[in-house]
Amino acid sequence: MKRFMSLIISVCILLVSFSVAAFAEDQVVLNVYNWGEYIEQSTIDMFEEKYPDIDVNYTTFDSNEAMYSKIVSGAASYDIVIPSEYMVSKLIQEDMLAEIDYSNIPNYKYIGDAYRNLASDPENKYSVPYFWGTVVVIYNSQFVDEEDVKDQSLDLLWNEKYAGKILMFDNPRDSFGISLTRLGYSMNSGNEKEWQEAAKALSEQKPIVQAYVMDAIFDKMESGEAWIAPYYAGDAFVIQESNPDIKFYIAKEGTNLFVDSMCILKTTEHKKEAELFINFMCEPEIAAMNAETVGYATPNTEAKKLLDPTITENAIVYPDEDYLKNNTEVFINLPQKTQMLQSTLWTDLKIISAEEGSESASLDWIDIFCIAVVAISVISAVYFFIRNSRRRKLWNQ
Amino acid sequence: MNKNSKGLQRAMTAPFTVWMAIFIIIPIALVLFYAFTDANGSFTLSNILSIWEYKSTYIVSIELAFVATIICLILAYPLAYSISRMKARHQQTMVLLVMLPMWMNFLIRTYAWMTILEDTGLINTLLKSFLTLFGYEFEGFAMINTNGAIVLGMVYNFLPYMILPIYTVLTKIDKSVIEAAKDLGANGFNVFTKVLLPQSVPGIISGITMVFVPAVSTFIISKLLGGGMTYLIGDIIENYFLGNTGEVNYNVGAALSLVLMVLILISMGIMNRFDKDAETSGGGLF
Repeated sequence: MKRFMSLIISVCILLVSFSVAAFAEDQVVLNVYNWGEYIEQSTIDMFEEKYPDIDVNYTTFDSNEAMYSKIVSGAASYDIVIPSEYMVSKLIQEDMLAEIDYSNIPNYKYIGDAYRNLASDPENKYSVPYFWGTVVVIYNSQFVDEEDVKDQSLDLLWNEKYAGKILMFDNPRDSFGISLTRLGYSMNSGNEKEWQEAAKALSEQKPIVQAYVMDAIFDKMESGEAWIAPYYAGDAFVIQESNPDIKFYIAKEGTNLFVDSMCILKTTEHKKEAELFINFMCEPEIAAMNAETVGYATPNTEAKKLLDPTITENAIVYPDEDYLKNNTEVFINLPQKTQMLQSTLWTDLKIISAEEGSESASLDWIDIFCIAVVAISVISAVYFFIRNSRRRKLWNQ
Repeated sequence: MNKNSKGLQRAMTAPFTVWMAIFIIIPIALVLFYAFTDANGSFTLSNILSIWEYKSTYIVSIELAFVATIICLILAYPLAYSISRMKARHQQTMVLLVMLPMWMNFLIRTYAWMTILEDTGLINTLLKSFLTLFGYEFEGFAMINTNGAIVLGMVYNFLPYMILPIYTVLTKIDKSVIEAAKDLGANGFNVFTKVLLPQSVPGIISGITMVFVPAVSTFIISKLLGGGMTYLIGDIIENYFLGNTGEVNYNVGAALSLVLMVLILISMGIMNRFDKDAETSGGGLF
């Protein structure tokens, strides 16, 4: 059925794209699907200049899950996607990625050893690392007391002193990751009890949370609207540039290490061109340009040398390898059962009202009310239907 | 009507029929199909039954949309009335002013409210600096990320849809009818309740429909102005289709939309009973 729907949609898209295609018959269009605000735009222009017969069609997503649902729906076809490691392993498991011919990507030699043979792609067949980073706790030193950040703990996010000034991730994987880590559990826990506990901690936190956001964090932290938030290290760096009061740390409980990698989808018709693109993005100068703009850590050893040393020596953006080994955890693709649990718990968290804090068991009146509303509307609909048809009969006679 | 003109008529409606088929009938059929099947495509009722756990979300969505609709109605009716009593030239300008905000992108308008309502936003900053001038301590109002902010966003964004149909109906009411009522001894209140209001019911009903339906199914207003603290039914549907929670499930998502659609249809059906002469006076959506 999904195929059927995608067929309809692709027919519609085809109709529209015919006119476009007519102009560029011998042009190859390369569809690149990447995170928002995650590239230096001019590098794409440079690529197109270098390979005049390739047009890059660059589009963005704002979460791994959104990207996944878009590609499985078949609503659009992409050649290159840049998901995080746990999504890479999910795509590999579901046989959606094409094996990359590394001989076409000579620049792969610049990728550091630490970023090869990742757990998500142990045999190194499907992915080329693009950026990596950690999740940090960001705070505004103008409003947050030095004492409260002294122990560099995730508890800051649960500190009632800052009620209404705390932001939280609006995606379950990151939020649960933080909550699980704070309780001393693994982010990839398969234990239902641990997930329940983490969910309980999040629902206790909800009354002091100002908002659940993703990219809106930039605005809210820069303006001082919110004072405390967890986010990705590269972005924290960008926020700091526009508000010098912003500081951040890696929590002592540990944090998430993510590696976003370039992959080629199996459905591609332009694998050669896609490999050219990946190779181009691994070019040290290009990778350095990207790293400068997005602020994330580059896995490209040569590019790192080209960067401003104040960035590369920043222990939070580029933590050393020992630290990474001991204090960080990489997301793995959760088993189906845990994923469903996560989805249910997250929805429950979002449904409860902030005032209540937790869903009380005494919702019986709501049940009665719902049944009454449904019953009344059904009865009245039936009543009016019968009355109408009777009336019509009378008219007809 | 002879055969030729009938054929012509049919040919002229063909584009719309095709449009309807592709973009209205097929999507609704797909929603129906997904709502009653499981992931493997076999028939099941479990999607529809699983919706019971979202009843509190339905209630919150309907409650907020209802409040927003009532506020829209209270704001729109007097405004529509006074516009309809103006000179034709002024009427045009006023209608243009009502439409003006709609020329801007919906998202940008909503983002603008975000910066107005924030704790460090326009209103609070102005109030704070004003009150500290007189030596008062002022903490600021908590406006953003509340249900009130969501209702405000709904009212602001959908108000024109309430004003325009009421205005259209009111301009059609003959002034001499009102004069006649006054001649026959009706006071202002009676003119309103006995003459104006009954005749403007079709406009009110289509206004309510056009405000309530988008308000009850919105998800972006609750996300931006509600800060993701209150989930509306639209948010849950979005999650099921986009898999934001890590679970893509078209079936439950379709069932949720179907139930919402049925609820709306039923309430519209009930409301249309108040509009007994909609068929004769026109102006209504149904």
